[in-house]
Formats: sequence, C-alpha cells, structure tokens
Amino acid sequence: MPRPAAASSDAPHRLTTPAATPAATPAAPPVLRLTGITKRFGPLVANDGISLELAAGEVLALLGENGAGKSTLVSILFGHYVADEGQVEAFGRPLPPGRPRAALEAGIALVHQHFTLAENLSVLDNVMLGTEPLWRPFSRRAAARQRLQQTAQRFGLAVDADARVADLSVGERQRVEILKTLVRGARVLILDEPTAVLTPQESESLFATLRQLVAEGLSIVFISHKLDEVLRVSHRVAVLRGGRLVATRTAAGTTAAELAELMVGRSVQRPARRAGQGPGQGAGVDAGMGECVCALQAVGVRGADRRWRLQDVTLALHAGRIVGIAGVSGNGQQALADVLCGLQPADAGRVLLLQDGQARQPAARARDWVAAGVARIPEDRQGTGAVGDLALWENAISEHLASPAVARAGWLRRRAAQAHAQRIVREFDVRGTEARGLATVTRALSGGNLQKLILGRALLGDPARPARPRLIVAAQPTWGLDVGAVAEVHRRLLDAAAAGAAVLLISDDLDELFALADEIAVLHQGRLTPPRPAAQWTQTDIGLAMAGSLPAGGAEQTNRRGPTHAPPAA
Amino acid sequence: MPRLRLERRLQPSRAAQAIAPLAAIAVTLALAALLVAWAGAPVGRSYALLLQGGFGSRFAWGETLTRATPLILTGLAAAVAFRARLYNIGAEGQLYLGALAAVAVAGWAGQALPAPLAFAAMVAAAMAAGAAWLLGPALMKRLLGVDEVVTTLLLNFVALLFVSMMLDGPMKDPLALGWPQSPALPDALQLGKLIERSRVHTGLLWALGAAAVLAGVLQRHAWGLAVRAVGANARAAQFAGLPVTATVVGVALVSGGLAGLAGALEVAGRTSYLTLDMAPGVGYSGIVIAMLAGLNPLAVVPAAVFVSGVLVGADSMSRAVGVPTYIADVIVAVALLTTLVAGLAAHYRLRWSEGAAA
Repeated sequence: MPRPAAASSDAPHRLTTPAATPAATPAAPPVLRLTGITKRFGPLVANDGISLELAAGEVLALLGENGAGKSTLVSILFGHYVADEGQVEAFGRPLPPGRPRAALEAGIALVHQHFTLAENLSVLDNVMLGTEPLWRPFSRRAAARQRLQQTAQRFGLAVDADARVADLSVGERQRVEILKTLVRGARVLILDEPTAVLTPQESESLFATLRQLVAEGLSIVFISHKLDEVLRVSHRVAVLRGGRLVATRTAAGTTAAELAELMVGRSVQRPARRAGQGPGQGAGVDAGMGECVCALQAVGVRGADRRWRLQDVTLALHAGRIVGIAGVSGNGQQALADVLCGLQPADAGRVLLLQDGQARQPAARARDWVAAGVARIPEDRQGTGAVGDLALWENAISEHLASPAVARAGWLRRRAAQAHAQRIVREFDVRGTEARGLATVTRALSGGNLQKLILGRALLGDPARPARPRLIVAAQPTWGLDVGAVAEVHRRLLDAAAAGAAVLLISDDLDELFALADEIAVLHQGRLTPPRPAAQWTQTDIGLAMAGSLPAGGAEQTNRRGPTHAPPAA
Repeated sequence: MPRLRLERRLQPSRAAQAIAPLAAIAVTLALAALLVAWAGAPVGRSYALLLQGGFGSRFAWGETLTRATPLILTGLAAAVAFRARLYNIGAEGQLYLGALAAVAVAGWAGQALPAPLAFAAMVAAAMAAGAAWLLGPALMKRLLGVDEVVTTLLLNFVALLFVSMMLDGPMKDPLALGWPQSPALPDALQLGKLIERSRVHTGLLWALGAAAVLAGVLQRHAWGLAVRAVGANARAAQFAGLPVTATVVGVALVSGGLAGLAGALEVAGRTSYLTLDMAPGVGYSGIVIAMLAGLNPLAVVPAAVFVSGVLVGADSMSRAVGVPTYIADVIVAVALLTTLVAGLAAHYRLRWSEGAAA
C-alpha cells in the first residue's frame, strides 16, 4: 500500500541507479514468462489474464495491495496452485503446472517473509538441509562448506558458517535464507515482502546485496507494497489491482504518486494529523496536551521463561495525543500491548490508569480495563481479537457481557445485542454480512472487515452507556489491510485523538507512525527510548534506535527536546 | 482434463450439516455389514432383526428409551465439556461415583428426612460427586497444563476400583447372598414408571429437561456464550475479558454433575441398587453420542436413542442369528469415526475443474 508523507513527499531519493539498466538484449529470451495467467476461486478472480516477462539481470517489482493477486501469482509460479488458464515458461521451457519441484529445478527460488530456517542448527547445516540424500552414510560437510564460502564470497554475503541461526540477527537470517537458495543454484529469486522485518539499515544492506546479485546475472522479483523501496531497487514495476495487471512502468519513468494511484485505482485521501500539531511544531505541542490518562513507571515484564520482555519502560499517555511505538517486531511490543490491554501484570514498576479522576493501579483483568474506557485493538485480529467460530453479533458484545444493555441476569437480550452489532456494522461499514446478516460466522469476514468490527467494538464501548474511549491501545492496527481499510483505521484513530482520547500506536510501519503520531518512542530488546516529537526523529536516528545503537547524538537531541516532553505524571 | 478438487467452505451449508450425520450412519451400517457377512449371517435379515429389536415393537421402544436415559445425560456431559474444549473422558467414573453417592446418601437420608428432601439430597450428592471428580482434572488443566484426557481417563479406573471396594466392603448388602452390590434404595426414593408395562421411568424426563436447559443456556445465556468462546478460542475469550478459568471450572462442574446425575437416575429409576455392571460403557458411549450430535444438546437426544436402539437391537439380533453382540460396539465405534469424517467433509465441497491447458 502506498505510504504517506514522510516517505513519498521526497519520493524517489534514489541513491544509485541499480546496476544501470538490465543487461538483457531484446534478443535474449526472458528468464521467466507468464502468459495469460488466470486463476479463479469460486466467483473470485484472483488473477485475470496476467502476462509478464522477467529479463535476465532485471529486478522486477510486483506491486499491489493485499488481495491484488500477488501471492496467488507467486503460488502459481511455484506450482502450489494450478492456473485455470495460461502458462509459465522458465528459460524458454514451459513449467509443468502444479509441480513445486519443477520450479525449484528450473532455478526459481522463493525467499519468504517468514524465514524457513532451523534455529537450533548452524548456518552450514541449514544450507545443507535437504540437499543430501537421506541414505548417504556420511554427509559431505567439507565440500558443502567450500561451496557455501565460494557463494558467499562471490555475492558479497558475509556469514559465519558455524554460527547458530538462533544467534543471528534478522538481517543475517535473511542473508542465510538468500544464500541457501544461491548455493542450490537459483537463478531467479522471488522475494516476498523482504523488508517487512528489517530495520532501515538492514534494508539498505539488503538492497546492496540485490544489486550484487543482479550484477552477477541473476534476476529478481521483488514483492512489496512500499513505494519508495520499489522505486529504489527495481528496474521495472508491475502493478496489480483486483487480479489484473494494470500497468508496467520503468522505475525511472514513474513516481510514487503515480504508482499509488495505479495500485488503488483512485487517488487516496490519506488522513493527516490535525492542523497545528504537525511536524516541526514541537514547542506548540505542549499547549494542546491533555491530562495524563495512563502512565507506565519503570515497568518490567517477564516472559514465561523468566527473561525480561520489557525492562524499565516509562511512558505517559496524554488525552488527545498519539504516541507511536516503533521497533522491529519481537522487541517487546507484545508485552507492552498486553500490559496496556489488561492481560498481563507488570513484574516490576507501576502501571497507572486514570479511573474516576484518580490515578489507580488496576489489576491485570481485561474486564476492568474495558470498563475503565480502554479501547483495545490487538495485533493478531484473527487469533486474539475475535472468536472466529462465533456469530458476528456475539463478538460485537463479547467485551460487554456484564452490561445490562446486553444481558439481564445473564440471559442475553438478543434483540438489544443485535441492535448494538448492527450499529457497529453500519457506523464502521463492516461488509460481508449480506448473506447471513448478523449471524454471519465471524471467520467468514475478510481481514479489513474483521478489523472494522474490532475497531467498532472497542471505540463504541459499553452499549449501555456509549462513551468515547479515554485510552486506545492499537497494536499493528493496519497490518495486512488494503489501502481503503488503512485509511479508515487511521481516520478513526485521528478522530478519537481529536475527541480527547490518548492513543498508543504500536506499529512496524515507520511511515504509519510518522503520519499519525505526535511523539515516537522506539522499543529495542524490551527497552524504550524516551519519546520525541515525530518531527525530531530522522530516518537514520530511528533506524539506529531500532537496532539498539542510538549514538550520543541521539541523547543530545533528547536534551534539546527537554521542555517539550512532560515527565510522566505520577 | 477435468479433475475433481476439494474446496474448503468458510461456512458449511445447513443442508450439508444436516445430511452429514445421516450419511455417516449409512456408511457405518455398510461397513458393519461386512463384519456381519463375515460372521456368516445374512446381512439383510440381521439388520432387519436389529431394527426390529431396537425399534420394532412397544417392548423394543421401552427398552431403547430406558437405556437411552443415562446415555442422554452422559452425552450432554461430553457435549458441554467438549464445547469448552475440556475433553472429559471420565463420565464413566463420574457416573459410578454419582450412583455410589446416591446410594450412600439415600441409605442415611431415607430414614432421617421426608421423601422429597431425601430425594433432593440424594440427587445433589450424586451430582456433587461427579462434579468433584472432574474438578481436579479441570483445575490441573488450567493451572498446570496437565492434559485432561489422560487424567480423566485414568481416574475412571480409580473411580471404578473405589466403587468395587465399597461394594465389597462397607456398602455391601448383607442380604445379597455374597454378591457385591449395595442395599436397595427405599421405595420412597425410587422413580415412578413413565410408561405402563415397561421399564421406562421418569428419569427420562429429567434427561430431556437437562437437554433443553443446557441447549437454552448455551445459546441464550452469557455463560453459554463464554463456554463457546472459550472452547473456540481461549486467547480471544481472555482478551475480550471473559473469565477463562472460571468458565472451564464451571463447565467441569456441570459436565461431571450431569454424569453423576445419570448414575443416580439409573439407581433410582432402573436397578434400585448399585452393582459394578449396572451401566458398563455408558460414560464412553456418551462421547460418541455427543460427537454424533455435533455437540448440540438437543441433537444429543436422538443420537442417544439411536445408539441405545443399536445396543438393544444387537442383543436380539445376536440371539436370533448368532452374530456376537459386540457388533453393536463396533457399529457405535465406527459411527464415531464416520461422524468425524462427515463433519470434516461438510466443510468442503467437491468441484469439477478444468485442468490447466499445459
């Protein structure tokens, strides 16, 4: 999905033109040719007559919203799905449909967003895994090690062959994943959202690797929805929308704005921060700061293994302000969200919540937090946000079963409950209920519509006495949503903040944070940097903070910013 | 080339859900027919005899309904527990402990209290005994992560051996000519007949009432919603603020209580005293019945009647054509498997698709 202001305004800040232009001459056959690929799932046409070519030494970006058909296309390429029409050719020879092995043997490799490495094994073991016949009595480690080192050297991918994968950083693991495919002789790499889990610096290093690969004659398909990245690394961009290939552009001949429009099919009005609280107004921010609704004081949380998930986290959330939490996922975001959703008690420090005008330490009971006016949007909407097997209306009231509006002496007032659900469906535009209405099984909702249901349940509060939420805790609220739903979620959060709610926004997506947050703090290995006004973070600083190595300059900035940030209220 | 493909449905159609159990039963009878033929009996005649013996006469219906009464209750016990994903395999032991508690309390209260109070005390004691037997496994599951399938299953043996010990010891009826059985209940505490000239007793009404109440609570009460939410997705239930542990404990008490009630009603309605072979396998059959019923309390009633009819009918078939009565157990067990497969199949549909033009 197109990403807003901070990134796209100064759009193609292309550092280098990647490997000049593709080396392929028109005469050379394309390494990959898709002809008229069509794939239907019932009434849904996931791919509609898509024809694409990938030249040798080319980086082709596949751009599209969620649900545009990118994954389906890749799955067909790899033989996981059989196309209803059309065919795939690799290096001039047709690939038999439905045979994953055939794609691998033809030298096409997929690097998943989620790695497929065995964490308890060494890099070398991971690279060898699956390449040797099971019946060979001794594995040929020396030969494999030599091949690994040669490949690593040739492509400039430095790794320690004996390091345990569990000890590697995410960026290094991705490197191992790529090496694994190269050692097995891949000539075409398909990278699925490769930067989603990386810090900006790690992404930078990935892009350098890609340039190296292309220089060596490999071809790359780069799947992403981040426009600036796509413009930087690719030669050509293919835009998918609604299962169709709507355009191919050379990266040099297009702009982020054009790509965004092609991807969505219309120009998207993205909600922006309220006037007067935009970037660069640091000094004026304090004036609009409301009372402290929730404060964390030196909070620590241990995981089941007794290791600290959060350590010494201090943070104040004020009415009317959006605080963004940046960080590479897995650095304590879950623990932070759990504490603020009333699911997890703090093992150290204090959690204070404004209840009835007084700062109290509430128990870690979700019911109490909901009753105190905390609207909670969990990261895992399918697994945590709703019970898929229940009817839509049952999920709509599940946070408020004790409310007299919904149940009397425990017996559900079905009509009143359904009226509340209907209100959410109407006000939040939840679709997918045409066939079975409010009795629709929740599992049947699409991700965007499920998120709207969860958002509506959280923001409308107790059906007995609808009130604006005092605090909104939103974890990755737009992850995996299409552009329209993203804009809707953003608008709701901004509106709620404007209406006086304190908002905590935990997100992997820096562009989202810069677009919405007044202040941003960064989580790294369970520790939180002091929050700074969004305008005072540079991309470099935030990347360094995400990697846990904010230099002294960062501290200096913290001092400079001193007066703009009120100390957490007790 | 056209090929058959399976596609997963997001919402199984109602027709498929209705047909699935019937298809399962049809497949079960077809499979069991192979065994009947192998035993050397004519398949058609055997099944006719089975049907006749289970459902073909007033007497057959009487026996089937009598036997269905405890099966409905253990079926409900399994259904409510499985809904909350508490896999209670221990209804067998809970039933016997309930019966034992009923007999013990009746022996004491029968003299001390007026009959209605004594009867209430007897039923309450039976339900409490069954509930208590499941409480431990439920708490261990929630607090310590101990698998309840193992604990409830093994506790069956503990319960049955304990009952055996009591029947051979302190609770042995001295007038029973040495048989290990308890003294009979006082007449005032025995249930009346529901149908003249049959063994059907008013316990059947209790079972039907329990099914109706449980169905209503599960669909229309906040607690029932919590039970379904906890069973379907405990993490989401907890996130929404539902008390997961309390709900599971509540389900354990209801489930164990229903199994204990089955034991009390067997004693009070049918046998009047407790022996170890009073209701063998009724607890385990409850699991099959609950699965056949798709964990729906109202559907438990016909499922229990079906299983009961097969068990009763197999007895008379066995006498007539010499097929061992174990064929009934095979039919019930195979019915469980085919029902599981049919339930899965209802989530899919078959589609002809054109293969890719290669």
